[in-house]
Amino acid sequence: MERSEALFRTVLRLGDNSLVLGHRLSEWCGHGPQLEEDIAQANIALDLLGQARNYLTYAGEIEGKGRTEDDLAYLRTERQFLNVKLAELPKGDYAHTIARSFLFDAFHLPLQQALTKSPDERLAGIAGKAVKEATYHLRHSSEWLVRFGDGTEESHRRAQAAIDGLWMYTGELFAPDEAERTLIEAGILPDLASIKAEWDATVARVLAEATLVRPADGWMARGGKDGQHTEHLGFLLAELQYLPRAFPGAQW
Amino acid sequence: MSAPLTPQDVLDLLEQVKDPEVPVISVRELGVLRDVQLTADGVEVTITPTYSGCPAMDVMRTEIERTLHAAGIDRVTVKQVLSPPWTTDWISASGRAKLEGYGIAPPPHSADIRALKGAAPVVKCPHCGSTRTEMISAFGSTACKALYKCTDCLEPFDLFKCL
Repeated sequence: MERSEALFRTVLRLGDNSLVLGHRLSEWCGHGPQLEEDIAQANIALDLLGQARNYLTYAGEIEGKGRTEDDLAYLRTERQFLNVKLAELPKGDYAHTIARSFLFDAFHLPLQQALTKSPDERLAGIAGKAVKEATYHLRHSSEWLVRFGDGTEESHRRAQAAIDGLWMYTGELFAPDEAERTLIEAGILPDLASIKAEWDATVARVLAEATLVRPADGWMARGGKDGQHTEHLGFLLAELQYLPRAFPGAQW
Repeated sequence: MSAPLTPQDVLDLLEQVKDPEVPVISVRELGVLRDVQLTADGVEVTITPTYSGCPAMDVMRTEIERTLHAAGIDRVTVKQVLSPPWTTDWISASGRAKLEGYGIAPPPHSADIRALKGAAPVVKCPHCGSTRTEMISAFGSTACKALYKCTDCLEPFDLFKCL
């Protein structure tokens, strides 16, 4: 794969991961289990949306066909989204939301940290902003996972069920596709195996504190990176893209 | 204007442009205003966001353009950069004092590494000055603030959180 095509797909994926997860978290706005958490999820969603804007703008420039961040967010179909499946799963109950965020944040933080050292200055600059935000996100999801896991019998049961149910979506985070392999070889993207080592350490530490059990690795879902998504992404995009689809060219 | 325009003139004018969410502090005091250049194409102003998703950036950009246009400077370009990433250490001393006067505790310095590592920083209540305060939530009314309460005067307040 050509370097520019690999960079486009990878930057697009970085943007799509943040955009799709950010949209999921925004679904808690007005529905949070308590006011502070409602606000926290809206804040985190906003951070992710900001990261998505930066990455999608850059992806559009790499592609060189004049597509803006809005074109990429609002006018692609689900097969053209390259995010991991973990990001698009429904929000579920609050333990499920926290568990998903934790599994993602524990990957997202070391990835952004490594990207700050990328020889691609634009990527390093975007990651340099994102890394500080991701630090707060991981702290938030870790604290809540411990609270649920080490909480009541009911909260423990729900947190463990969430981790168990989400586990098969974690393999995709660390399985490079052709585009990522091209950039890893070129030294632009960190080796995902090194990110996995940091993820393993964080997961081991937080699950232990939360008195939760790490599930055994079994079959892992794949395909999101190639645009083959769960049935949930289409519904998410229907809401996300409603306005610009219904009123093409609308300005607001 | 009779005398030729200098970058300092532009900086002085931009002192009027406030953070739309904390209207006592200017974009310059906040550290969001990074640079002013006079070029053949007019005035180029460089700004940087506090957080990736800071929703105030568009308002700040528009206000910078409006302020300079009102001062008779027609050709204005506002450029946004991400690097080096904004840090709360760039909030000026006067900015910190204004935040506190407005009821928002200024951020702990990032040199106090405990803040970014997660340990609780010592936060002074902007209402009564007590340091007996506790965090209610790391995420407050805007992306850049955390929610605290004072255990002496019992008032809640925002902390401009360390970044």
